[in-house]
Amino acid sequence: MNKGLKRFVKGDLTVRGIALFYIGLLIILPVIAITTEAFKGGIPNLWKQITLPQALFSLKFTFIIALIMLVINIITGTATAWVLVRYDFPLKKTINALIDIPFAIPTVVTGMMLIVLCGPRSLIGDFFGKHGIEIIYNKPGIILALIFVTFPFVVRSVQPVLIEMERDMEEAAQTLGASKFKIFFHIVLPTIFPSVLTGAALSFSRALGEFGSIVIVAGNIPMKTQVASVYIYGEIESANIQSGLGTAVVLLLSSFIVLIFLNFIQRWSNKYGK
Amino acid sequence: MSGIMVKNITKKFGDFVAVNNVSFDVREGELAALLGPSGSGKSTLLRVIAGLENPDMGQIFLTGKDVTPLRTQKRNVGFVFQHYALFKHMTVEKNIAFGLEIQKKDKKEIKQKVEELIDLVKLNGYNKHYPSQLSGGQRQRVALARALATEPKVLLLDEPFGSLDAKVRKNLAQWIRDLHSRVNVTSVFVTHDQNEAIEISDKIIVINRGKVEQIGNATDVYEHPKSKFVASFVGNVNVINANIKKNYIVITGTKEKIQFKEKTGINFQNIVLLIRPEDIIIKDNSTEDTVPCIINGIYYRGSFYEVDLKVGTNNVKSLVPKENFFKFEWQKGEKVYVRFRKFKIFEASEGHKKVHEMLKQLGYIE
Repeated sequence: MNKGLKRFVKGDLTVRGIALFYIGLLIILPVIAITTEAFKGGIPNLWKQITLPQALFSLKFTFIIALIMLVINIITGTATAWVLVRYDFPLKKTINALIDIPFAIPTVVTGMMLIVLCGPRSLIGDFFGKHGIEIIYNKPGIILALIFVTFPFVVRSVQPVLIEMERDMEEAAQTLGASKFKIFFHIVLPTIFPSVLTGAALSFSRALGEFGSIVIVAGNIPMKTQVASVYIYGEIESANIQSGLGTAVVLLLSSFIVLIFLNFIQRWSNKYGK
Repeated sequence: MSGIMVKNITKKFGDFVAVNNVSFDVREGELAALLGPSGSGKSTLLRVIAGLENPDMGQIFLTGKDVTPLRTQKRNVGFVFQHYALFKHMTVEKNIAFGLEIQKKDKKEIKQKVEELIDLVKLNGYNKHYPSQLSGGQRQRVALARALATEPKVLLLDEPFGSLDAKVRKNLAQWIRDLHSRVNVTSVFVTHDQNEAIEISDKIIVINRGKVEQIGNATDVYEHPKSKFVASFVGNVNVINANIKKNYIVITGTKEKIQFKEKTGINFQNIVLLIRPEDIIIKDNSTEDTVPCIINGIYYRGSFYEVDLKVGTNNVKSLVPKENFFKFEWQKGEKVYVRFRKFKIFEASEGHKKVHEMLKQLGYIE
């Protein structure tokens, strides 16, 4: 082996070593720590923590709310991306830039904005309140907060695929007699579908862990409007780390499943290639 | 008439006139080439025929029917796109079946038709492949099979061989020629490659700047170009500036004269001679119809030699068959003589009617 190559491999190894060490320290170690801590008392004990009525409710509640948000986000996000790519209108660039605002705003501020806008003392909140619908401190508020916080995910993952999608594929379908409706469902949707799923998975995973905006708008009533993250926070606050661990492990596992799912989509969409 | 009829089509994009009052027709079963440089409007014209663009003026007739108001979906044209436009998420057979499925044809019938087409385009065994797993030539054939599946009356191909390498391109072009005579569908293909147009089409429509320059078969367009553009775009051509003095053509920058066969007795300044390289004959000795020149360079081109010559101030190219070349063994820098076997005169036609008439009678201009 010549000297230059030797030095290169050596240098390369060092870089790899540092990167692996860093990732290990930053990501793998905390994950191992919380997992071992959770399983320390044995699986039956962990299961007991998870199935405590309040813990179990918070988990179920979180998943249901996240799923509702997901359906809304998939539709509105895809539609927004479609409009931004396919149509021209005034202030298009500005509006396009505004999409990222939810990422930039601190989530606590998001919660406050919703309270000011739809809280009981606001015009909107007052109107709905008179009709018996409570937005803030109830489910609609939480869903609104989640929609706001996760809105950019679907838009930003679908947009580039739509831009890249060659129009001639749609034109080819046109020459073969396909109506606009059929073109959308047979050509456009299958093409953007992996990216819709990617955006959806990211926003779902984000919604499961959302804390800042929810803690403000949810009211956090156990067994009624308490989400998992707020439950964990409450348990830690009351020094019951052990009972919070069960819920935490479930959230962690869900994130892993989403991650694996994302990987799967990637491979699946790579099958058609470019 | 059946086939395709394009009548006074004009298409503008804003202020830019892409297609300017174009008319032509393609007879049933004919394979026509729309030949022109990029940006000449040929692709736009093809898209107007397919209904993918709406013309600002004019009409399109397909198989005798005015289809101008019809949407693309209702025109029953097969269209092959330059970059294939295959459905990436569908296998080869799904791609081909798409048009038939839209027509809600019977499943068995679809299956049979797809098999037939896969056989026709020689892609047996590739049924379950995705487009990304195919080579360029294979993709192009899938695109063709897909376009033919619905048995269109008219097949339109936009630069069908544009993104293929030279060898595949030549094979596929020839193959399309054969295929066309088998399926007998009226076809128009767009190309910027004159060789492609000459090799496989029955009719060539030369387009420049949105206008038709000439319509004719390959021989017409090559041997009898109607404009300077056609002469220089279709095939290689030498341009020589000259003047007509009495019975001679005097090449600018020399005292050399070429005698007309006939006595014309006219004078005319600033004409342009267009001469194909194969029509410049190199000779060892001077005769009445030759002009002297210097050999500037000799290049081996396989089946022939390309010889650069300097005639007066003009640089010209001559193509010399191998056997002639070996007979004389010319060297670079050698003084030789050339005879122009055939040439066209252009620009004399502009302005002077009498000269124009006379030259036309003598066959020097179209």
